[in-house]
Amino acid sequence: MNAPLLRIENLSMRFGGLTAIDDLSLDVHDARITAVIGPNGAGKTTLFNCLTGFYRPSSGRVSLAHPRRGLLQLEELDSHQVASRAQVVRTFQNVRLFPKMTVLENLIVAQHQRLQQASCFTLAGLFGLPAYRRAEAQAIAVAVDRLTRLKLIDRADAVAGDLPYGMQRRVEIARALCVDPILLCLDEPAAGLNPRESAELNALLQSLSGEEGLAILLIEHDMSVVMNVSDHICVLNYGCKIAEGTPEQMRSDAKVIKAYLGEDDEGEQPGEFSGAPSQ
Amino acid sequence: MALALQQLINGLTLGAVYGLIAIGYTMVYGIIGMINFAHGDIYMVSAFIAVTGFTLLAALGVSSVPLALLVVLVVSVLFTSVYGWAVERTAYRPLRGSTRLAPLISAIGMSIFLQNMVQLTQGARVKPIAPVLIGGFDLLTIDDFTVHLAYSQVLIILVTVALMLAFTFVINRTSFGRQQRACEQDRTMTALLGIDVDRTISFTFMLGAMLAAVAGVLVTVYYGVVDFYIGFVVGIKAFTAAVFGGIGSLPGAMLGAILNGLIEAFWVAYLPPEYKDVATFAILILVLMFRPSGLLGRPEVEKV
Repeated sequence: MNAPLLRIENLSMRFGGLTAIDDLSLDVHDARITAVIGPNGAGKTTLFNCLTGFYRPSSGRVSLAHPRRGLLQLEELDSHQVASRAQVVRTFQNVRLFPKMTVLENLIVAQHQRLQQASCFTLAGLFGLPAYRRAEAQAIAVAVDRLTRLKLIDRADAVAGDLPYGMQRRVEIARALCVDPILLCLDEPAAGLNPRESAELNALLQSLSGEEGLAILLIEHDMSVVMNVSDHICVLNYGCKIAEGTPEQMRSDAKVIKAYLGEDDEGEQPGEFSGAPSQ
Repeated sequence: MALALQQLINGLTLGAVYGLIAIGYTMVYGIIGMINFAHGDIYMVSAFIAVTGFTLLAALGVSSVPLALLVVLVVSVLFTSVYGWAVERTAYRPLRGSTRLAPLISAIGMSIFLQNMVQLTQGARVKPIAPVLIGGFDLLTIDDFTVHLAYSQVLIILVTVALMLAFTFVINRTSFGRQQRACEQDRTMTALLGIDVDRTISFTFMLGAMLAAVAGVLVTVYYGVVDFYIGFVVGIKAFTAAVFGGIGSLPGAMLGAILNGLIEAFWVAYLPPEYKDVATFAILILVLMFRPSGLLGRPEVEKV
């Protein structure tokens, strides 16, 4: 296999006496969907926070092999550099759009870098110079492309906060794609989606990784998503990696089943778990 | 009737000045949720730069009024925006992420510091300048009362309207404006989209200081006197205007400032003038009692 895009080595995150992540190592590859699953409180979101400059890890390294900028240490970057330099974007468990802006504006904010350069720090924008207009037109074209892809184009001018929940989730993904990510970190993208929306999400994730070669790191509780789309699954429990492998391997892994369903001491059928675990 | 018209003109002029300053309060509140109590003193610093500028230009023999105005405006805006940046960088940014009260107290400290700095370096006495813009239009005369519109008032109102339009455009239509609004709504998410939030906040402070700088220059032209303490009362009144209109709302700040200016002008004309400040603050209290989110502010809904 090729060298990984993202290599997490011996990552630990401690809050006082609590160890949220304990010596975790994980590789994330291009064109593959890597899922991180585990019971509530297993440290999944903490992992994302360590990747995106929210927390400084207590120890360990997070190295990103950027195709143009070389090797970047994510744990040393500020939040905004994670997106602007490393092109790693994340979404949140609860939707975080800019609720008072329109959908289109939400997507244009994500492309500010191009615009800021073209606008020479707003001066050119203020006077409406051609270079700025071109950059703006380009930003709108990118936004329209992402919106079309996520079937949101007819809602481009709607105020983001007024959209139904499932749609807001799609806007969030569309916005993340406007940053031109090389690694997309999705925190429970299927939460609150109905089965049809969830199936659409599966198709979208598969086309992003399969056709466009995007690396996706996914936290998800919905097993119908995880088992269907993941190429690789990492299972966390109490901050430790307890298992790692393909969906098939995880389905029958004794430790995984134990972490999810508890000790099997009443002769219950361990079997496969296909639905979402109880939360 | 004539008196009312005269006070309408005076009130609008005063309101325009308050408006330019109120924008700085409301914008900073919108983006980082703190009241920048040093903002009034930024305005005072700009007035001093204006006095220095006009005096220097007069000494150098620059007699063209538009040229002098332009030079002083540009110089004052540049210097004052550096002040705005430095205040944020030294007094507020290190406290970001601490309690809400910490930067507030730091702001009061910064206000006292700026006042004392100017008092020490410039002296405590009132500084007059030779009138820059003399004359005006006599609009009409009723019963020996002539309604007068000074050139300086025309200048204040025109400059304010132009700046407000430009400013609205910057906030609504440019890349910086979009970043600024994004930071207002969700700073964390803005950073995760690759926007340097600290820089956006710095720019916001600089933009607020620029508008206050223009107000400082215009007031110097209008009244012709400054002292190190002018920032306090004007700052508090502009802050009142921002709360009146709904703090965090830009059109609200402009509206609140104009209403504040008019209330003050009409109070002075018809009621005991010594109580004009009481009038302003009484209205603030009433607004806070009956419409706490201000005229154009929307009540904050806590998300669950």
